[in-house]
Amino acid sequence: MSENVVLEMKNISKSFPGVRALQNVNFKLCEGEIHALMGENGAGKSTLIKVLTGVYGKDEGEIYLKGESGAVSIRSPQDAQNLGISTVYQEITLCPNLTVAENMYIGREKGWRQNWKKINADTNRILESLGIPAKATQQLSSCSIAIQQMVAIARAVDMDCKVLILDEPTSSLDEQEVEKLFGLMRDLRAKGVGIIFVTHFLDQVYEVCDKITVLRDGQLVGEYVIEDLPRVMLVSKMLGKDLDDMADIKSESEEYTGEGAGSVFYEAENLQSNAGIHPFDFYIKKGEVNGFTGLLGSGRSECVRAIFGADHVTSGKVKINGKEVKITNPLEAMQNGIAYLPEDRKGDGIIGDLSVRENLILAAQVLKGFFRPFSKAEAEKAADEYINLLGIKTASKETPIKSLSGGNQQKVIVARWLFAHPEYLILDEPTRGIDIGTKTEIQKLVLKLASEGMSVTFISSETDEMLRTCSRLVVMRDRKVVGELTGSDLNQNKIMSTIAGGEEA
Amino acid sequence: MEKTTVKKQNPFSRLLHSQMMIPLVALLLLLGFNLLMDPAFFKITLGTNSAGNPVLSGNLISALNNGSELAILAIGMTLVTAASGGQDISVGATIAISGSAMLRILCGTESSPSTLAAPIILGFLVAVLVGMLCGLFNGILVATFKIQPMIATLILYTAGRSIAAWINNNQLPIVPGSTFTYFGGFIPGIPIPTPFLIAVLCFIITALVLKFTNLGLYTQAVGINENAAKLNGLKPVFIKILSFVILGVCVAVAALIKCSRTSTINYSVVAQNIEMDAILAVALGGNSLGGGKFNIWASVVAAYVIQLLTTTLYKFKVSSDALPAYKAVVVILLIVFSAPVVKEKMAEIGKKVRKPAKEVG
Amino acid sequence: MKRKLMAVLCASAMVMGLMGGATIASAEEDIITVGIINNDPNESGYRTANVADFETYFGEDNEYGFETSFFYSLENEEQIQAAEGFIQDEVDYLLISAADTTGWDDVLESAQEMGITVILFDRMLDADEELYAAAVVSDMSEEGVTAVSWMESQELDEYNIIHIQGLMGSDAQVGRTTALDEAVEANDNWNYVVQQTAEWSAETAQEIVQSVIDSGESFNVIYAENDDMAKGAVAALDAAGITHGVDGDVIIMGFDCNEWALEELLAGNWNYDGQCNPFQAETIVGIIEQLEAGEELEEKIIYSVEVGFDATTITQEDVDNYGI
Repeated sequence: MSENVVLEMKNISKSFPGVRALQNVNFKLCEGEIHALMGENGAGKSTLIKVLTGVYGKDEGEIYLKGESGAVSIRSPQDAQNLGISTVYQEITLCPNLTVAENMYIGREKGWRQNWKKINADTNRILESLGIPAKATQQLSSCSIAIQQMVAIARAVDMDCKVLILDEPTSSLDEQEVEKLFGLMRDLRAKGVGIIFVTHFLDQVYEVCDKITVLRDGQLVGEYVIEDLPRVMLVSKMLGKDLDDMADIKSESEEYTGEGAGSVFYEAENLQSNAGIHPFDFYIKKGEVNGFTGLLGSGRSECVRAIFGADHVTSGKVKINGKEVKITNPLEAMQNGIAYLPEDRKGDGIIGDLSVRENLILAAQVLKGFFRPFSKAEAEKAADEYINLLGIKTASKETPIKSLSGGNQQKVIVARWLFAHPEYLILDEPTRGIDIGTKTEIQKLVLKLASEGMSVTFISSETDEMLRTCSRLVVMRDRKVVGELTGSDLNQNKIMSTIAGGEEA
Repeated sequence: MEKTTVKKQNPFSRLLHSQMMIPLVALLLLLGFNLLMDPAFFKITLGTNSAGNPVLSGNLISALNNGSELAILAIGMTLVTAASGGQDISVGATIAISGSAMLRILCGTESSPSTLAAPIILGFLVAVLVGMLCGLFNGILVATFKIQPMIATLILYTAGRSIAAWINNNQLPIVPGSTFTYFGGFIPGIPIPTPFLIAVLCFIITALVLKFTNLGLYTQAVGINENAAKLNGLKPVFIKILSFVILGVCVAVAALIKCSRTSTINYSVVAQNIEMDAILAVALGGNSLGGGKFNIWASVVAAYVIQLLTTTLYKFKVSSDALPAYKAVVVILLIVFSAPVVKEKMAEIGKKVRKPAKEVG
Repeated sequence: MKRKLMAVLCASAMVMGLMGGATIASAEEDIITVGIINNDPNESGYRTANVADFETYFGEDNEYGFETSFFYSLENEEQIQAAEGFIQDEVDYLLISAADTTGWDDVLESAQEMGITVILFDRMLDADEELYAAAVVSDMSEEGVTAVSWMESQELDEYNIIHIQGLMGSDAQVGRTTALDEAVEANDNWNYVVQQTAEWSAETAQEIVQSVIDSGESFNVIYAENDDMAKGAVAALDAAGITHGVDGDVIIMGFDCNEWALEELLAGNWNYDGQCNPFQAETIVGIIEQLEAGEELEEKIIYSVEVGFDATTITQEDVDNYGI
């Protein structure tokens, strides 16, 4: 072990029933370095992290830590913590109804008596030294998600951690918050902490990291210094194939020219729900792909939820194929040929304990009716068909959906709606938190479906995804529709300026 | 990705990993215990009852007979648990209510009439209606008003037996004639106890409903992820209420059997504590009491296991007020063995045991 | 909001219920005010008859000029609270049938301080004799003794008994069990086949007897501590084709003298039923009249007269007079 290596994992292997999650993976982390761990969903990142933090036991291999002689054994998260390995997850694992100081010190008490005055003072000192704008006595839930995450990091740092693991910490943060977090990470790097950074955002990797380790299919692809690995190379290493320019997928697809092309499928006037959006007008043509764009919280999701009847619709007139209809709940929307893939996959999308098959047929089954269940053979046929069609990686169609990777869960939900054969598909953040390969597949799929006559509304936080797929963008600001962009206006700059509202009189 | 080939599982190993395993092991343990202690436990004889009809008797027949009400309730309780993530503790009291309503119809206002005041089927239908109404009441409190199931059903748990007494004006009516006794006893010419036949009929209906409707899928979807279920066009409120109403039907059937066993009803003691046994059956069947995935058949087997435990204790003349203590032991074992920590350890031990065996073979 | 409204509705419904049940005692001089605390009438057929008896003598439009408030509960705590309420209302007489025999000392003392006369009925209390004026109760052990001596009079060669007990620890169970226990102890030809509690439940009694039949043991007496349990036991015998009653193989004994049970006796299906006299109101009215007239009571504790009926001697008249 060389001087400044703080962690070394050698020949780590781990199998689950039916899947080899890790095969002879090596990983090395130095002091004062931010090291990105990259790979598609299912590549083995999470498994590697979980082996390191003691959540899973490893089948084979050794782990060495600076300051420990010989291989260390990590049997539980507690062991990992004692050895100076701390993890901050995407979901905050602190207690929101306790104060910041209580969260910093909970579970670390020695004895029964607590000197809260001292603890609060200590906490404030740590927060200040790390530049975290929070107070010790503040209730954690009153802080923004980013601050909460920083508190979690501060807690980890204060526990003398040598290795800090950040697992998708930026997914729910806005740009400014991400900047703050990066500031904190750089400070920690300067203090000699080794940081493992797991993320899907390529930009962020190139902004803050020093090294990249790429995994694919449970195997190590390689470790690279960031300057030596341009983005295109990184993506192709992750996917394991040379990528023909992703930006070109739109030009590959054809426009729908079949029956009813160009006619309006769905039209809403003064639509409003109880979720706090202003009334808006909206339409989509047959075979069209459009999208809602705007900052987080601008009301994009609320608009599509109103269209689908997911929130309580309070006013508005809706027409399908020019005929006025009433859509006040999801079932009515579904019966009118509308499908909706929700933003929160875990909370609103998957039925975790049910199998891939059951998840896949659910929407179509509801449309078919209570008294007309699909036969087992029909359901299995559908499951096989869509597992093949979308390339869903699962041990079997009877596997509970919750044990699939995020990207594959999302594919099952997409399959669920495709199997319901809608005419209008709404996809709200279908690519969030999933790997690049699946992202591309989903974008291609959207364009393919549109070319076959389906109308699609596509929402994504990543503007280039929208530009690649949509022919028309509805721009939102402060829960209001503030503009619509088509044709040559569809570019980053125009979107930014419309969102910012600079041109408004 | 390198795939280790998934072995074709034979039916036995599939069973080994299924939910059914828990109650089946418990069943085998109990039967094994009885076989060791006294093989005569398994003796079944064909005799005649006092009306001269052939009847089967023996400990096993008694267990099947007396476990019927519990097994029928376990069906509904499993659904309620799956859909609402909670339990209905009012089933004992609602058995009293719907049983009382049935006797009110059958006996009229007299407490011991010489002839039936109405046909039995009418009395039963009214009992079903009353049971469904009780279920509807509980279901609306739980689904619409979002009150925790145990709290919501506490209302009928507390008030139910008084309501039952009020329906019959505090009288304890006795149903005349022998026809009514068939449901809790024997139908002339059929040597199998009728309660068991009724239970089997309920199982068949349940199986048909599960096969020819989406009750199972919808209930599980709602129980696991209400939001997602809603966004797939389901109506969680309706599904939850439906589960309580189905339990109400089960309650009415159980009430018919209970009342028929003695041709009367005692509001304060009829089906006492049966709610706890029904909940225990759901838990022993390996169903999560937090809702979600369920297996009705595991609950049903578990219900018979609980009854067999009672029968065994009677057989060995253990004082019946010690029964709850034995059930508590079952609960403790159940909780310990279903704890993830213990499960993991067991799997580890299992692996270790299997490995050397392979090397030898 | 909805929930709050519900809570308010529930609470007010409860208050209304209480007010409806209790007529507020007035302080007029010539009227005798009485507070009666009893168990819930739904507890058993016995209790229903007991409550009905008191309502005839003390309820509305009674001929003695009592103004009475009734309170029913199976919970000792609730009963004690109600008693405190009656004491605050300064009733003249407080009549108590307690759910539990303990915990009443303080209440009885404060009643004495207020000059309220306490009369116990149906059940005794664990309290100093000075704290109550009189007690009209059933002697449960006497009921047991009567039943056992009837058994002895049958002069069987062997007594193989299935003893089905009531709720363990209750007055009736203890009284009715003791006599039988002593007899089984004393006589070599008396044996228990099984002694088991069915907690007053007919279905449980049925299950217990069924279990004995299943195990093939022989028995010739079923001693059930109430009528319901005797009925359950008989159902099990019927299902197994075992004869019972006057000309049958098994002697059936019950308690409480429900009307339907006496009819079973009359039909010869059962052999014996012991009375547990629920009619105490008349005796108590007599006591109150004596006390009002300033007379001394001859005895402080008055045991209700209780008989046992034999199937071979019972008449339709007995059924009509003693059936509850």
